[in-house]
Amino acid sequence: MKSASVAEIFQSMDYGPAPESDGPAREWLARHDGKLGLFIDGKWHEPDTGRHFDSIDPATGSVLAQVAQAGEASVDAAVKAARRAQPAWEALGGHGRARYLYALARLVQRHSRLLATLESLDNGKPIRETRDIDVPLVARHFYHHAGWAQLMHSELRGMVPVGVVGQVIPWNFPLLMLAWKVAPALAAGNTIVLKPAEFTSLTALLFAELAAQAGLPPGVLNVITGDGSTGALIVAHDDVDKIAFTGSTEVGRIIRKATAGRAKHLTLELGGKSPFIVFNDADLDSAVEGVVDAIWFNQGQVCCAGSRLLMQEDVAEALIAKLRTRMEALRVGRPLDKCIDIGAIVAPVQLERIDTLVKLGVDEGATLHQPTWACPTEGSFYPPTLLTDVHPAATLAQEEIFGPVLVAMTFRTPDEAVEIANNTRYGLAASVWTENINLALDVAPRLAAGVVWVNSTNVFDAACGFGGYRESGFGREGGIEGMYAYLEPAFTKDLPPHEDPPPLPAPIDPPQTEGLRAIDRTAKLYVGGKQARPDGGYSRPVLGPDGGLVGEVGEGNRKDVRNAVEAATKALGWGSVAAHTKAQILYYVAENLEARAAELSRRLVEMTGVSRAQADRELMATISRLFSYGAWADKFEGRVHSPPGRNVTIAMHEPMGVIGISCPDDAPLLSFVSLVAPAIATGNTVVVIPSERHPLAATDLYQVFDTSDLPGGVINIVTGEREGLTKVLAAHDRVDAYWYVGPKSGSKLVEELSVGNMKRTWVNNGRRRNWFDLEQGEGREFLRQAVQVKNIWVPYGE
Amino acid sequence: MGKNKNKDKGHVRAVPEPPPQSSHERNPGMPLVLDWVRDVRVNRSAVERRAATIPTRRSVKKQWQAAWYLRSIALTDLTTLAGDDTPGRVKRLCAKARRPVRQDLLDAMGVGELGLTVAAVCVYHEMIPAALDALEGSGIPVAAVAAGFPAGLSPLRERIQEVEESVAAGAHEIDIVINRGHLFTGNWQAMYDEVRAFREACGEAHLKAIIATGDLRIVRNIARASLVCMMAGADFIKTSTGKEAVNATLPVSLVMVRMIRAYMERTGHKVGFKAAGGIREAKQTLGYLAMMKDELGREYLEPDLFRFGASSLVSDIERQLEHFVTGRYSADFRHPIS
Repeated sequence: MKSASVAEIFQSMDYGPAPESDGPAREWLARHDGKLGLFIDGKWHEPDTGRHFDSIDPATGSVLAQVAQAGEASVDAAVKAARRAQPAWEALGGHGRARYLYALARLVQRHSRLLATLESLDNGKPIRETRDIDVPLVARHFYHHAGWAQLMHSELRGMVPVGVVGQVIPWNFPLLMLAWKVAPALAAGNTIVLKPAEFTSLTALLFAELAAQAGLPPGVLNVITGDGSTGALIVAHDDVDKIAFTGSTEVGRIIRKATAGRAKHLTLELGGKSPFIVFNDADLDSAVEGVVDAIWFNQGQVCCAGSRLLMQEDVAEALIAKLRTRMEALRVGRPLDKCIDIGAIVAPVQLERIDTLVKLGVDEGATLHQPTWACPTEGSFYPPTLLTDVHPAATLAQEEIFGPVLVAMTFRTPDEAVEIANNTRYGLAASVWTENINLALDVAPRLAAGVVWVNSTNVFDAACGFGGYRESGFGREGGIEGMYAYLEPAFTKDLPPHEDPPPLPAPIDPPQTEGLRAIDRTAKLYVGGKQARPDGGYSRPVLGPDGGLVGEVGEGNRKDVRNAVEAATKALGWGSVAAHTKAQILYYVAENLEARAAELSRRLVEMTGVSRAQADRELMATISRLFSYGAWADKFEGRVHSPPGRNVTIAMHEPMGVIGISCPDDAPLLSFVSLVAPAIATGNTVVVIPSERHPLAATDLYQVFDTSDLPGGVINIVTGEREGLTKVLAAHDRVDAYWYVGPKSGSKLVEELSVGNMKRTWVNNGRRRNWFDLEQGEGREFLRQAVQVKNIWVPYGE
Repeated sequence: MGKNKNKDKGHVRAVPEPPPQSSHERNPGMPLVLDWVRDVRVNRSAVERRAATIPTRRSVKKQWQAAWYLRSIALTDLTTLAGDDTPGRVKRLCAKARRPVRQDLLDAMGVGELGLTVAAVCVYHEMIPAALDALEGSGIPVAAVAAGFPAGLSPLRERIQEVEESVAAGAHEIDIVINRGHLFTGNWQAMYDEVRAFREACGEAHLKAIIATGDLRIVRNIARASLVCMMAGADFIKTSTGKEAVNATLPVSLVMVRMIRAYMERTGHKVGFKAAGGIREAKQTLGYLAMMKDELGREYLEPDLFRFGASSLVSDIERQLEHFVTGRYSADFRHPIS
């Protein structure tokens, strides 16, 4: 090829090699003698293990550099450095930190080509992508978050940084994921221990070194390298306040388990099997390019890759033909070649996995389409691949491949498209292609995905949150929702510890009453808008503070929980009820509750032993709380972003779905309503386990709900032994989120049990809120926990 | 594929031969299929995103870049369409058309024997004789703009007559412009009928239909007009007259090129594409060449299927070629003007 003459090329019109020089990147490695240490407290350190491992250029298989393996002592040193640096970093204030973040943005631009080249060398991704996409987005992320630091005092009032953050990032976008993690954490006032993936540690180390040169104070950003065991040490470290992880759902699950009950904040951005839906009125040629950007971008090693192509039947044949033609014109080659579309797979082990899965797909009956040209044989390369004749039941339709492999399926109607699209454990992203805005805006909200791209795919912006539904994780990166992931309300750290109520006295016999005895009122369970007898046929006594019997409630069991979740699931249509209607119902509940104020207040006195005045106070606070969420119901709205280009991005607040709630014993009526009202105001349905000691506060509300037009199934109540019921409900795979308030042991239980479907949890970590306090007892913090943000990208222009 | 010429031989005329020649059968056109025209869907934002990455996904360096630049010259319709054109001016242009690059540079690149010329010379009707005269024996076809260029709003009879007269005067190619009003009023039939009439008036001469993309603005209109012109028998569809506020751009070109592919897939007939106006820098042409090659294939890098309409492009390419040969950046006055 090199010998081709101008005359020959004039005839052949072939593309030639167009290499980007790797000189400066290799010079940087050489300055470190090809052997990199750990960047802790502003300086390079040798790892405690004394061990290094090879970082490989996936395009050639040759060793690029030696990277350090951090062990326990190194991790500890990094956490200590971060802890030491944190108070001063926080005290610097928003504007002070904004100056640093701005400097980091400028730094990225100043060294853009070095960063892009090193990234391409280390990861195998095309230089076009690092140069035109990754690095500019990194700079944009730091600029955007310089802004959040600056505006913290006004836009994030009352919030404080969580402290020291452990961040574990993946190998597919090493530098971009660093930016997504580091920028918000620093803006919020946290300090960081970051571990890049073992395949791709280099740009994180370069970034840390450059940041230190730019004056970032020592200890604010520590970068330590190593394999999964190093990540596990960070996750296990007691003095880390938050873990932010991007990677596989498998590892996310391990982290969720390892952090359970340890009062650590956690955000997870996990895998996906995102649908790419093409309707029959789409611009098919553009949809084809969308596929190129969806699955042949970054070798398909993208968590939000549109890897399931869903085609409306009448255009399927045409679309497949166009795709096959397009695949022929793609070029696979050296990542630093400026004339290729697809670079190298990050490591041989990944190449093997892709190969194995594709073979499995073919064995299961899929038809394989690959271009006629051959991939380079040296290094880890895999051709763009399309599999047709794949059905939802096939392994490849469900398993994330993480390679340039697209599986194609057909559908008949928009409803069916949604059904197939949502037939997955994941929920990260989706693309919808249609020229009909009615269809697009109908389908987008129905897709279980944190990001929906209309007529586009894999576009990102720092202002638009990114993150998943379901087993794709929780928490958002980017936008104000991404900032919340690194902050907590200022009062949190000062909350007193949970106190168990005093042990119950021995039951005493009821006093003999004169005349007619009151009519028996044994409260049943409340399921699907009806009072339901407990499945087991048992009841439990509810005793007053003196041991006297106040009443009896049903003893719920596993099956009652199951029935309640089913009823809550059936009632999910509540989410699309007009906000005005939800508000009306909440006000109506308040109205009907007040009508029975005397009775409910008396009940609180009997049950909890508070004074009548305190009981009245609780009742009034409860009514006010219902009013608050009646007010919020039509006001906790999403945002509209204006990312670059001709784009509107609608950040919708969508309900989580079914929320399981375990209520505390203190202020049993007020705490019950404080938890349930924000959940239903935002469109969730709930299954509530009320206070075990004082359940009548909840059961007395059945008739209030019944008379307030609340649709059946929106609120379901199962009384009984709290921890036992919590175990069943928190482990339920159809429950989308869990709120737990109670003893510390329960927080751990819920976090551990959430791993089945990776439901989002919100637990009190054994701390006690003052439900009467307006800041602690209601407001945005509750509402944010009740919703997930879906960003719908709508490009426009005719 | 065409029946005679081998595509690999390129389109450089070492020996002058009677123009124009083609490797493929001429597009005979087809009846107007309105459903097809109305069904066309083009998403502007998606087109723009794709177009933006065409030049960034493809890069040619060193001798590849030099060869691609030579190809751009061989695909250029060297154009003068000014009110103050004179036979003398046209003769200068034609001299440049015959020898678009200094011989010493061509020799240095090892292509001295290639006989490199531009694809055609494009002039107003009045200048046809001067151009024919100046190009005699070169094998370079003469293209004339006709049919009420650039507005396309003079009486239809006169526009047809203009085509006939230009053909009679010896023009090998006729560049006509559509009546944009027909598009805005939804009168696809009238647009079709007019282009069909121009095609008939052309006889053996090849017809390039100018869509005037800058006037149509909406990408779907551009796609629809492209289809109608191809159905009416255009040999080429062309972006612009050079007189609209916005001329050729990569996004609108991509829309037209996709329509050419759709037409080919449905009818089997190949239609050429001409990007005209606004292409002044050598580097711009690389994006177009990559687009043609990747979207339609190598054969669309021949003058029978792809042209640049430009007046000052060639001298910019020359400077880049001198840089390739000498390693020094060049100056415009070192290259003969047209």
